[in-house]
Amino acid sequence: MTHPCEFEILFDGTPLPCRDGWTVGAALTAAGIRSWRDTRHDGRPRGLFCGIGICFDCLVTVNGQPSVRACLVPAAPGDEIRSQQGTGR
Amino acid sequence: MTGQRVDLAVVGAGPAGLAAALAAAEAGVSVAIVDAGVRPGGQYWRSPDPGAGPFRPTTLHHGWRRFATTDARLTDLAGTGRVRRLAGHHVWSVVAAGDHWSVHCLRGAEPRQRGTPDPVTVHARRLVLATGAYDRQLPFPGWDLPGVITAGGAQALLKGNLVVAGRTVVVAGTGPFLLPVADGLARYGARVAAVVEANSPVGFARHPGALLGAVGKLGEAGGYAGRLLRHRVPVRHRHAVLRALGTDQLTGVVVGRLDRAGRVRAGSERRIACDVLAVGWGFTPQLELALQLGCATRVDVDQSLVLAVDDDQATSVAGVWAAGEATGVGGADLATVEGRIAGRAAARSLGAEDVPDDRSTRRRRTALRGFATAMHQVYPVPSALLAGCADDTLVCRCEEVSAGRIRHAVTELGATEARVVKLLARPGMGWCQGRVCGFATACLTARHAGRAVTEPDLRAFAERPIAAPTSLGDLATPPDDGHPDGEPA
Repeated sequence: MTHPCEFEILFDGTPLPCRDGWTVGAALTAAGIRSWRDTRHDGRPRGLFCGIGICFDCLVTVNGQPSVRACLVPAAPGDEIRSQQGTGR
Repeated sequence: MTGQRVDLAVVGAGPAGLAAALAAAEAGVSVAIVDAGVRPGGQYWRSPDPGAGPFRPTTLHHGWRRFATTDARLTDLAGTGRVRRLAGHHVWSVVAAGDHWSVHCLRGAEPRQRGTPDPVTVHARRLVLATGAYDRQLPFPGWDLPGVITAGGAQALLKGNLVVAGRTVVVAGTGPFLLPVADGLARYGARVAAVVEANSPVGFARHPGALLGAVGKLGEAGGYAGRLLRHRVPVRHRHAVLRALGTDQLTGVVVGRLDRAGRVRAGSERRIACDVLAVGWGFTPQLELALQLGCATRVDVDQSLVLAVDDDQATSVAGVWAAGEATGVGGADLATVEGRIAGRAAARSLGAEDVPDDRSTRRRRTALRGFATAMHQVYPVPSALLAGCADDTLVCRCEEVSAGRIRHAVTELGATEARVVKLLARPGMGWCQGRVCGFATACLTARHAGRAVTEPDLRAFAERPIAAPTSLGDLATPPDDGHPDGEPA
């Protein structure tokens, strides 16, 4: 059953369930996704860490714009979320 | 840019900021509450959007009625125009501009996102800084693995989205805050495999006076302990997470028992499987705005850099007050009391006459501050854990700087203070500007230099000329002339 406040977003092309008021980071976490970025120097995977906009570990590409904080960005219907590498450029 | 003029700007809408704003507005002055969050409450009273699902505040929040009452009163005052509630306003700079302060804000839930509203400047004759704090972290092997998150981050996911961070969670670090984090996760369906607490509440027995002053805190702690027992969550005192396990994401942790000096007991290591570790070692106050203004600081009992304030919560800079965690980590009750005192003092300085007497509020502050001091003494960061930090342990997550490079900067390159280590080895020079690794780098520097950590060490990782990431375009936009585009009604 689809509730009006439930919708889908895409992560690297795969649909993920989402709800009104969720951040992108919350939607990824709820889907069991732990990392969506590789670091610049060592290429290590990163995802959510501080969860409140302090650490910038959770940087992600949203609708073509790289390096926004997944823990802060509200998810919207049809958002295309992409993982990113290095500086994200 | 547009400008708005008010008597008082309160930065932060957590317990301290809301109390300060209400106290000042009730005394008759016009107030702008400037807050980065999209909903009021700060980290402590963070709440979900109604669309996120059914939410019973008492399952996740303490003192919710106080928040609801304060919030409703502020909404009433906003209706009269005396209060402006500026949510989603990230303050990146505060500067003196003649007879007022210019509070420069980026806007949006994430101002880095395209399409967010234009920046604004709030002009205020007085300032209350109630900027709060974030989780303090210690580096350990594997702490950069996805699945390792801060205790506050797990709490924010739950309170702000009703999303549980993982299936099987270990909550670790030190301090009473770990209990509500574990309780919330367990209530909302996670299996909490263990609470791993480096200290023991038995230490409170040495502070009977502090406990008497804050008996409510005991009931609160007892409530969490009882519920954790019912959820069959084991609480391991005098234990610490020594390593996070996994290659590309967390699969478990190794915990060990600590002796009274905070050293790991030989042969005590055991493994706990989990997909999330929520970890925190107390809190680091957010001071960049106060430091931009030149406010004096001190080192608190918990080794945090905090603002020095007087009996009225006034900072060393005239016209600027501070309240809550920024003046010393002590929890929401203390923050509320300090906020009320700061708001009233700011209102008095603006000529407000009908400001209530503060004597009982000040007595309450003394008692709660006493409790906070005892809490910091009972739940210290075990220095032996940092001492055991191996050279290959990552310290700065952004610039990927290891403990070995920090040691090298001190013992081989001759750096004697944290600021120089930062320049030579680059810890704290990346995206987060030292917010996460600052405490550890300051402590490691001091340790290798053979001395105790100092105020300048901590300041080196607390000063940020720009408090929120700002585009060059916004920096280049000339400041507005300070004329209001609308006076308070």
